[in-house]
Amino acid sequence: MNSDATLPRWADLFLLPLVCLATALLVAAGVVALVGQDPWDVLLALIAGAFGTARGLSYTLYYTTTFVFTGLSVAVALHGGLFNIGTEGQATLGGLGIALVGLWLGPVLPAAVMLPLLVVGGAVFGMVWAAVPGYLQAYRGSHVVITTIMFNFIASSLLTYLLVNVMRAKGGMAMESASLAASARLPSATAMLAWFGIEWPESPLNASLLLAVLAVLMVYFFLWRTRAGYRLRAVGSSATAAEYAGIPARRQVMLAMALSGALAGMVGMNEVSGVSGKLVLEFVGGAGFTGIAVALMGRNHPFGIVLAAVLFGALFQGGTEVAFDVPGFTRDMVVMLQGLIVLFSGAMTYVIAPVLARSLLLLRRLFVRLGGGLRHG
Amino acid sequence: MDEAFFAATLASTVRMATPLIFCALAGLLSERSGVVDIALEGKMLFAAFAAGAVGAATGSTALAMLAAIGVAVALAWLHGLACVSHAGDQVVSGLAINIIAVGMTVVLGVAWFAQGGQTPALDNAVRLQALLPPNSALLRLPVLGEMLLSHGILVYLAYALVPGVWWLVFRTRFGLRLRAVGENPHMVEAAGVSVQRLRYTALTLGGVLCGLAGSYLVLSQTANFSQNMTAGRGFMALAALIFGRWRPFGALGACLLFGLLDALAIRLQGVALPGIGEVSVQLMQALPYAMTVLLLAGFIGKSSAPAALGKPYRKER
Repeated sequence: MNSDATLPRWADLFLLPLVCLATALLVAAGVVALVGQDPWDVLLALIAGAFGTARGLSYTLYYTTTFVFTGLSVAVALHGGLFNIGTEGQATLGGLGIALVGLWLGPVLPAAVMLPLLVVGGAVFGMVWAAVPGYLQAYRGSHVVITTIMFNFIASSLLTYLLVNVMRAKGGMAMESASLAASARLPSATAMLAWFGIEWPESPLNASLLLAVLAVLMVYFFLWRTRAGYRLRAVGSSATAAEYAGIPARRQVMLAMALSGALAGMVGMNEVSGVSGKLVLEFVGGAGFTGIAVALMGRNHPFGIVLAAVLFGALFQGGTEVAFDVPGFTRDMVVMLQGLIVLFSGAMTYVIAPVLARSLLLLRRLFVRLGGGLRHG
Repeated sequence: MDEAFFAATLASTVRMATPLIFCALAGLLSERSGVVDIALEGKMLFAAFAAGAVGAATGSTALAMLAAIGVAVALAWLHGLACVSHAGDQVVSGLAINIIAVGMTVVLGVAWFAQGGQTPALDNAVRLQALLPPNSALLRLPVLGEMLLSHGILVYLAYALVPGVWWLVFRTRFGLRLRAVGENPHMVEAAGVSVQRLRYTALTLGGVLCGLAGSYLVLSQTANFSQNMTAGRGFMALAALIFGRWRPFGALGACLLFGLLDALAIRLQGVALPGIGEVSVQLMQALPYAMTVLLLAGFIGKSSAPAALGKPYRKER
């Protein structure tokens, strides 16, 4: 907006995201109050549910794991200048790949070979599902936003079709595949902590959390410490400038989408190999869209994404707990808050930033005047 | 596979296509003005909730429709505030509206009606009835009788709006400016016409249409609002708009095609077709999206968006 009120760097990096988050929380609190609940009570119950017990904390970290994968997926594509809305579908396909590899080779291979193979399977399936819209964007000029939306629906239909007609467990009524062999299952956090003699309550949290940490470090290293990552970011910030510098934009588009899809595919490591041990309908459950909120909140930086993923993990876990405790509260409240966060930290930053900049300027003038007044007095 | 089957399928196609047509026309106005509209889904969903809630609370059809239109227009203005008044990302804003709609409709529904997010079923007096009584002799006209004459007012309104929007966009001064602002907003500004006002007008009209789509779902197709009842129809309308190359009659054709697939998917479940065997429901459901991708990729004809679509416009000073 007006050039006389720009935000200093510290405010842009830290204050603005916090103000955007606070605005979203305030609006959500308004709705909570509107439906007759005390926002403060709900917030306290939410925090207690998310962090208050070892079990709650484990659930929070379990949700966080998935959101780290989807958040990184969205962020890598955005660094390449692409808005990948297809993380949901790519995660679906990734889970399919993991289930197929696990069902196929699980009975014959040991875990030490099997688990890396599952990662490859999930990454490749997610990658292929993302590469098609990537190719269409790079070489056929069809917009990646639209094609990835379409691919989400196609992925969802494909999963339903396979679970109804092809992969349904023999004799089973539920729409789910047969169970994976033990060698294709990631160990649970409870089991791993037991190796060290620590007792930990049962929860869905599993070794994929470590995979998520690894993914965060690798994405950070790739984007800011490698030549390939630099090229990708160059195309993302200005495709024409990059072209003049001899970086072919099309290949970077393919690379960004492929990496994004591979990261999305890792959701299956958590949900399929880690938690349920089989392919079930809708196992992604909107995490791909939460990933967009996570990437926006985390300002596309891997470490920011970790913070945002913990925030959303806590919201989902805490929201579930509150739904048990407070009558009339549903987890849809968390979905709504997620939408508000996307709105305020994604779409409305241009509305909020100038207001914030003007307030900061006013504050500074006030301080100067006060300081001056003191000296004169 | 007899005459009754075809008659029922065609009538069902016409009904299935109705919310798609409203939304596709809404998307057409918005996108022709250069504003990406992936929030058709959210606006329709929230409008459906408003129609269901206000209809149940007041028992008035008119108030229910007004509420639906009002809510959809308000969401369109929110989109406008973020992306027309300011340079916010249009895709992000649309996405936010969709997610908020999914969450907030259930939150409010649970709080107000305590039926797990649904609104109470509306009386037949509140719902929009078919124009002809169900025992009318006209409906027994061979094949076309049921297809053309068995519907309520909103169905006919949707189809009437197709030439209406075509006339507005391609035969009026407003339409000329609307198309210009979607191709080259700087030129329109230079000619002394406000880009912002044009885009807000387009968004507002689109909001009205999404409100009608939501009203149709609750007042005509079913009798109450239920959680996420639009089930992706807003995105299917977006696909139809693209498949119809951002033109009213093209979009109408795509909506009818997608509506037919929808109607067939329900009717052909478990039916073995001669020579083909059983057609999977999921295949029929995925087909509209797959065809749209193929079209976008230029494998079956070509579809190109308005040139300025999705680009934030900053007024020159």
